[in-house]
Amino acid sequence: MSSYRELLQQVRAEISELDATRTRELVETGDVLVVDVREQDEWDEGHIPGAVHIPRGYLESRIERAAPDPSRPIVLYCSAGNRSAFAARTLDELGYEDVSSLSGGFTDWKRNGFAVELNAGLDAPRRARYSRHLLIPEVGEEGQLKLLDAKALLIGAGGLGSPASLYLAAAGVGRLGIVDADVVDESNLQRQIVHSTERLGEAKVESAKRTIEALNPDVQVIPYKERLTSENVERILADGWDVIVDGADNFPTRYLVNDASVWHGIPVVHGSIYRFEGQVTVFKPGAGPCYRCLFPAPPPPELAPSCAEGGVLGVLPGVIGSLQANEALKLALGIGEPLVGRLLLFDALAAEFSEVKLRRDPDCPVCGEHPTITDYIDYVEFCAGTREPA
Amino acid sequence: MTKVRIPPTLREQVDGEREIPADGDTVRELLDDLMGRFPTLRRQLVQDGELAPFVNVYVEGEDVRTLDGLETEVRPGSTVILLPAMAGG
Repeated sequence: MSSYRELLQQVRAEISELDATRTRELVETGDVLVVDVREQDEWDEGHIPGAVHIPRGYLESRIERAAPDPSRPIVLYCSAGNRSAFAARTLDELGYEDVSSLSGGFTDWKRNGFAVELNAGLDAPRRARYSRHLLIPEVGEEGQLKLLDAKALLIGAGGLGSPASLYLAAAGVGRLGIVDADVVDESNLQRQIVHSTERLGEAKVESAKRTIEALNPDVQVIPYKERLTSENVERILADGWDVIVDGADNFPTRYLVNDASVWHGIPVVHGSIYRFEGQVTVFKPGAGPCYRCLFPAPPPPELAPSCAEGGVLGVLPGVIGSLQANEALKLALGIGEPLVGRLLLFDALAAEFSEVKLRRDPDCPVCGEHPTITDYIDYVEFCAGTREPA
Repeated sequence: MTKVRIPPTLREQVDGEREIPADGDTVRELLDDLMGRFPTLRRQLVQDGELAPFVNVYVEGEDVRTLDGLETEVRPGSTVILLPAMAGG
């Protein structure tokens, strides 16, 4: 039996080794694949620019994907050149033809003053900003990076869109699209907390954009100062959204959002409010019902008063919009149990939540087995109370 | 007797009550009892003799359309919720 030192010496004698200067020359030619075989925390603290990271323990299983051509030169490195020596022998055994180990490792590379790339993860200011997320195992750095990469489209910058957009922005959701044609009105400020008195008369999307960017400069806001219609929905969706947060204030938009989301396979976090009560659910195409499964047809306008007509307690959209943000964040992170197939009801007066089950309707005209609606319709007319003959 | 939860959009039809006790062994009988006492509820709940497509009725959290529709049985003490669509945001 040989000691570690003897084994290392033997392996180093069998493999090819390069010093830092020669390695840098090869890196500059671009013809070499540089593989960092250290652990995650070592990689995170900095690595050779352009290197790929395959921890030693995963080398055999992951090298093929990184290096499909066994004749391409490979330089392996670790911190001091020992782990990479063993790794080089492994790749020799696997049949790679031109494998070297960086003698002296990353330590020597840095000692020479060569370039170091910091990890693509979170920089120090972001680590500080999102520290309370990073502390949660279910979120962590990986989750925060997902959020920063996530794209949410908010329909409406009103009662529901205000808290939803603020919490998504604070959480670091990287891109928020906001669709709203209105301007800020005095009657909005009792509940629409993304706006303010000094923004009266300003477009809601611009007002929201200013508030959000002041809260979190990581967030890019795409304003759409228009009402969502059959004519513009495809253009807006073409900008690429992972989730839609529906805080519309009318039925035509609700049905339009539904149909578009089913056809595009985008989950919708649905919220609606009236006076003291609100509803939240997630319509996830393929995984649960859609809005039309829940309500195949809208009520005649005279039977469905809006908040503009019937009023709403100012804090109610705060509760429901925050729940929508909660669902959108869970979808972006891929954690928890989203409200798919469940409608959560909140009664502010009773301070009571209740839940009912929603099921997919196999005969649904949009998401059912034999859909009869396959293109955008005239949603205003559809919701104008035109009743089919009995 | 079963208590029926009345949603906010329908409360004006029932003198502002949040919950109304009603009699009946099925959803149909419950609704008939309610609509008998509060006639303006009818056009909010019924269309062409059936449950209107813009309103759902849940018995113990289940949509009656996935059970036996208006003939779904209710027991004393069952939780019955009327839920019309609402669009406010």
